[in-house]
Amino acid sequence: MKLLSREALLSFRRAPLLSVLSVTTIAFSLFTVGLFGLVAINLREALRGIEERVEIVAYILRGTPAETIVIATQDISAFPEVQEVNYVTEEQALQRARAELVEFRDAYRDLQVNPLPASIEVRLKDGYRDATSAERVAQRLKGFGFVDDVRFGREWVQKLDHLRNLTGLVGLVIGLAFAAVAVVIIGVTIRLTILQRAREISIMRLVGATNWFIRGPFLLEGAMKGLLGGLLSLALCYGGYLLFRDKSGGTLAGLIFFRPEHMVLIIVFGVLLGLGGSLVSVGRHLRHV
Amino acid sequence: MIRFSNVYKAYPNGAMALKDVSFHVSKGEFVFLTGHSGAGKSTIMKMLFAEQRPSGGEVRVSGYNVTTLRPDDVPRLRRRLGVVFQDFRLLEDRTAAENIAFALEVTGARTDTIAARVMRVLTQVGLSSKAELSGGEQQRVAIARALVNDPAILLADEPTGNLDERATRGVFQLLRDINAGGTVVVMATHDLDLVRQTAYRIIEMRDGSLVYDSAVDEAAAEAQ
Repeated sequence: MKLLSREALLSFRRAPLLSVLSVTTIAFSLFTVGLFGLVAINLREALRGIEERVEIVAYILRGTPAETIVIATQDISAFPEVQEVNYVTEEQALQRARAELVEFRDAYRDLQVNPLPASIEVRLKDGYRDATSAERVAQRLKGFGFVDDVRFGREWVQKLDHLRNLTGLVGLVIGLAFAAVAVVIIGVTIRLTILQRAREISIMRLVGATNWFIRGPFLLEGAMKGLLGGLLSLALCYGGYLLFRDKSGGTLAGLIFFRPEHMVLIIVFGVLLGLGGSLVSVGRHLRHV
Repeated sequence: MIRFSNVYKAYPNGAMALKDVSFHVSKGEFVFLTGHSGAGKSTIMKMLFAEQRPSGGEVRVSGYNVTTLRPDDVPRLRRRLGVVFQDFRLLEDRTAAENIAFALEVTGARTDTIAARVMRVLTQVGLSSKAELSGGEQQRVAIARALVNDPAILLADEPTGNLDERATRGVFQLLRDINAGGTVVVMATHDLDLVRQTAYRIIEMRDGSLVYDSAVDEAAAEAQ
């Protein structure tokens, strides 16, 4: 075991430039994935707040008797997706408009006739706050004869959803490209080491060292580079995160960083990347020694 | 210990390196493998330590069937053999003792036994640790490394090919001593003077075929 780690550490001395290069490419690969991952999780966090506010509003035809509406709200609150139903009368709508839309306060005050319709506001349960569930509930609401029109924030919720998915995808693609480069560079480093040590390796073979014993140091070397790359990428991500959070002048103060399990995942991924790169190269080149 | 049964070896270009080679080596034997370059000596040696596999026939070495040997068993077989070459195959940046210790380290020997085992084989081959080694001394180090795992069979592929006459005599005597201790020695050589000095068994190869085996042919001559 001592021999194994000694041999693995030696590679950093033998090819320092290539070793540093392998570590940095792994770091960059994971940094890219991590950065886009951070954007994605922060978007999701932001969306969660928005989705909680997603309401479906059904506007009611003028002249519908209040009793009909009260009975309907009881039906609606029995829908599996629905958390809360709120009946807003025409007067309440007007009061709310006066309170919320300060700019139009004067306009609303002088009205002879209330132009605002009554409405039913429906809030969905957690887990149903996505575009498809909202659409489904909206369709059902339209089925009521007294419902004039149904509105919900479908479009921009969908857009944010798309944006989040796109961010994740872009990050993954760029990250994978870097990962491929990292694997190639690790492969080149190991090829170099194998050529430098061809004589030693052939003697190891001759005296009966097992294949795993010969491969061991190379695999350990790859895994160590992956570990370093993973740690470095986390440091870079954290640096980027702090930069965005603190230079944004408070608007992004609520940004969140990876949870511990995410960080472990990134490091594990780095180790696997390093291990994979060396495994491929060792398999290819050891045969020719 | 060693059995070749109707062994063929074809190279990818179609050339035949070995054609229907059969022989058998028993415990305690010393065998010379002779013939010109390209006659098939090296191919036989390589098959003995599973560096090459036969294309046809069967090769058995120390209980292992080389023809069907699994990759995992190759190191196991090699730990029961000692192999020396014309070019010594030593690590030049290391001392004699370090070279021998290397063979033990990489085969997973217990660390606390290594120093003693290295000393024992160095004494056996008549060397003490010093920095500059002559050709003969380098070959002795290689032989010591081959012996350190107490092999049942010692394979020597032209072990004296790079040595002057005096060193050749010394190394050859060492191989004879090792054989006297019970180890099977197979020595490939084209030094016919050396071969004629002794009464050891001779197997002669020509163009991939076994053309003379003193153990078989002399018995046949006596029978006539």
